[in-house]
Amino acid sequence: MAYHALIVDDSSAVRAFVRASLEDAGFARVQEAETGFEALRLLASNTFDVVIVDINMPDINGLELLAFMKKSPRQQAARKVLISTQVGGPNSKRGTDLGADAFLQKPFEVDELRSLIRGLLDRGSEEVSG
Amino acid sequence: MSDPRDNVQQEFLAEAHELVEALSRDLLLLDEAQHRNERPQPALINEIFRSVHTLKGIAGMFGYRHVGAVAHALEDLLDDLRLGRISVDERVLDLLFDSVERFQRLLGLEDPQSPEEEAGVRAYVEAVRSIGHAAHEEQGDPLDRYAIGAAVLSVLTEYEEHRLRACIREGLQLFRLRASFNLTAIDDSIETLREVARDDAEIITYLPSMEGGNEETIELVVLLASRVPEHELRAHFEGRYGTIEPVEERTHLPTLPPRRTSIPSAAPSMAPAPEDDALHASARSVADSVRVDIRKLDHLMNVVGELALVRSAVNRIVDHFKGQSVHRQSVTDLDRVGRVFERQLSELRAGILDVRMVPLGQVFGKLARIVRQAAREHGKEVRLVVTGANTEVDKLIVEELADPLMHLIRNAIDHGIEQSGERTLANKRLEGTLAINAYHKGSNVVIEVEDDGAGMNPHEVRDAAIARGLLSAEASRELSRQEMLNLVFLPGLSTSSQITGMSGRGVGMDVVKTNILRMGGMISIASELGTGTKVTITLPITLAIIRALLVTIASRTFALPITAVREAIPYRPRDVRTIDGREVMTLRGETLAICDLARLFGFRRPSRREGRFIVVGSMGNRELGFVVDQLQGQDDVIIKSLGKSLSSVRGFAGATDLGDQKVALVLDAPALFSEYFDGPNVLRAMETSP
Repeated sequence: MAYHALIVDDSSAVRAFVRASLEDAGFARVQEAETGFEALRLLASNTFDVVIVDINMPDINGLELLAFMKKSPRQQAARKVLISTQVGGPNSKRGTDLGADAFLQKPFEVDELRSLIRGLLDRGSEEVSG
Repeated sequence: MSDPRDNVQQEFLAEAHELVEALSRDLLLLDEAQHRNERPQPALINEIFRSVHTLKGIAGMFGYRHVGAVAHALEDLLDDLRLGRISVDERVLDLLFDSVERFQRLLGLEDPQSPEEEAGVRAYVEAVRSIGHAAHEEQGDPLDRYAIGAAVLSVLTEYEEHRLRACIREGLQLFRLRASFNLTAIDDSIETLREVARDDAEIITYLPSMEGGNEETIELVVLLASRVPEHELRAHFEGRYGTIEPVEERTHLPTLPPRRTSIPSAAPSMAPAPEDDALHASARSVADSVRVDIRKLDHLMNVVGELALVRSAVNRIVDHFKGQSVHRQSVTDLDRVGRVFERQLSELRAGILDVRMVPLGQVFGKLARIVRQAAREHGKEVRLVVTGANTEVDKLIVEELADPLMHLIRNAIDHGIEQSGERTLANKRLEGTLAINAYHKGSNVVIEVEDDGAGMNPHEVRDAAIARGLLSAEASRELSRQEMLNLVFLPGLSTSSQITGMSGRGVGMDVVKTNILRMGGMISIASELGTGTKVTITLPITLAIIRALLVTIASRTFALPITAVREAIPYRPRDVRTIDGREVMTLRGETLAICDLARLFGFRRPSRREGRFIVVGSMGNRELGFVVDQLQGQDDVIIKSLGKSLSSVRGFAGATDLGDQKVALVLDAPALFSEYFDGPNVLRAMETSP
């Protein structure tokens, strides 16, 4: 199953880490965006199964991207994961309201990321088949 | 399954070091603002916060526990700073500056989990945590004054919300700019929008809206805070970007749930902070850059060198056929193609060199910490003034420069700048000034380290040299004032701690000089008793490849780096006279010392005395005429090391391949200068001393 994932984070190390973790786990295609603007460009013309977004980015932040995806017909099926250093704070409360499916607290482990994504996608395919 | 971390470890280290460098640069700006008693720009504090925040996040993921712990503590401190809960003071700055070195050390550890670091990290974290903040409650939330809308508020991060409050509190008006952007060019468009907004407004955030968007375009609602009247903003933005409208002020009470509020700013209202150039530049460079291992660039440069050799070989073939009548058209064509090739090659070389260039500011940031530290150790007040931090130099030179500059700065503060009591007596400003100036001069970069301290007494330097047996009392009588000062560069002059009592400096100056010479540079010192001392370093901009003047000396070819050459003139023996056993001539009214290289190298004198040339070399503020037999022309050469066995031979920077299986020695101009101006005197002095 070739999933299509997007990682949006201004840290290249985090992007490389997520890409390596997910591509090993059987994702055919992981795309990266360094800024919210780059992400907007990709979201406008691609359909993703999973979008992983860092909440704290300059200019367009992760919450704004979530709000955008919520309204975007293309990304209705996408699972949205918000990366934050502080899960449970006011930022993540807003994330939940904007439709985040899961949170990933930095720093996170490879296994943590993989099982989270696996869980989300299983849920996704059940919904589709059911 | 393999751990993906192994593959991306390098990526982590590169990014971590970049973040620490950015942190260091930004702290320098923060320190400068503090010295000017200015309120730090929110964008700057936010930038510093972001660096530390990102570092914390990735350190944890890659097992750098200590880096993570330090970053975590700082992140909280910086969060308090950017949310206005505490303000920048000396203690905060000290801790921040301390963190830079701490991060660098911790990132360099072989075992990033090393238990030995535990105690130090814990102590630091406690020190950071001890800076508490008082929770202030404010009456009424400024956000309630505006009908911003829950949809907007719900997508703001805590920090953006804080900026929004701060702007309203300072009396700025809120505006909504609705604009459509082409997705392929959005980054550039946003950049210009920022430029336009810079003086008039603070951009709080960009909200992507779904209305009016498709695969090519997107509409953004930009939330702005501004002091400029609405009609002026309209004139600025409308038509160019879209529509602008003020966010309505509320007349009734809010329905939003209460939120935590922060301290009202104590400072008087100011215009919205203009976004700093440096911040923009750094943000841009992060967005559009690729990281390249410098070894790859070295390799490319070597290829360019090889191509230059090919070009030289072709040249020679062309030259060979030029005089002959056969294939005249083909030779002309080949010549033309060769020229095009050469032009493109020099473009390529310039491009690669340009990639290697980094601003000197990278090392200056480090120096600011040293200044603070040294000043504190000695209880002195020192202000660091940096000019030319954007001057670009080869990355390798910047790295090599850190140590010598650190030495010079330490010396200036330890021995140059006086205690404030002394300064008051001398009618000087209480606060000593240490200036670092960098600028380009031809194909060199000049760096000056200047203090307004006590200055050096040349006679004391001379006496110290005599006392240490480096100079005989007899020889010392011949020394000029400048030559006495130059003795500080002698090895052994300043290894003793006694020197501290001397109103000068010299700790490790010989090491500094050696380092600078090794990079192909020059160092000179000027000092005025009671006024201060200035050390001037002149360096080539790059070490990778040099343009050289090829000359013949006793039938052998030598290469002289063109950076050291000012001009070449015919040698006329009748113009030469002898002063103090040295040959000199007058050039445009100035006395020029002359060094016959054939004689210096011990070659037999050529039979002819006419038809030779003087190559006037220039290093820093000194000039020296090198007598050579012939000038062959200019060429680009790659310097190769002479190898270990010949490394002690002075006067040669290395050898270079001329392409036709001939090798030329590359003259080490700084060493020759040094040998000529500083060496013989000292050598003579040593010979006569018992």
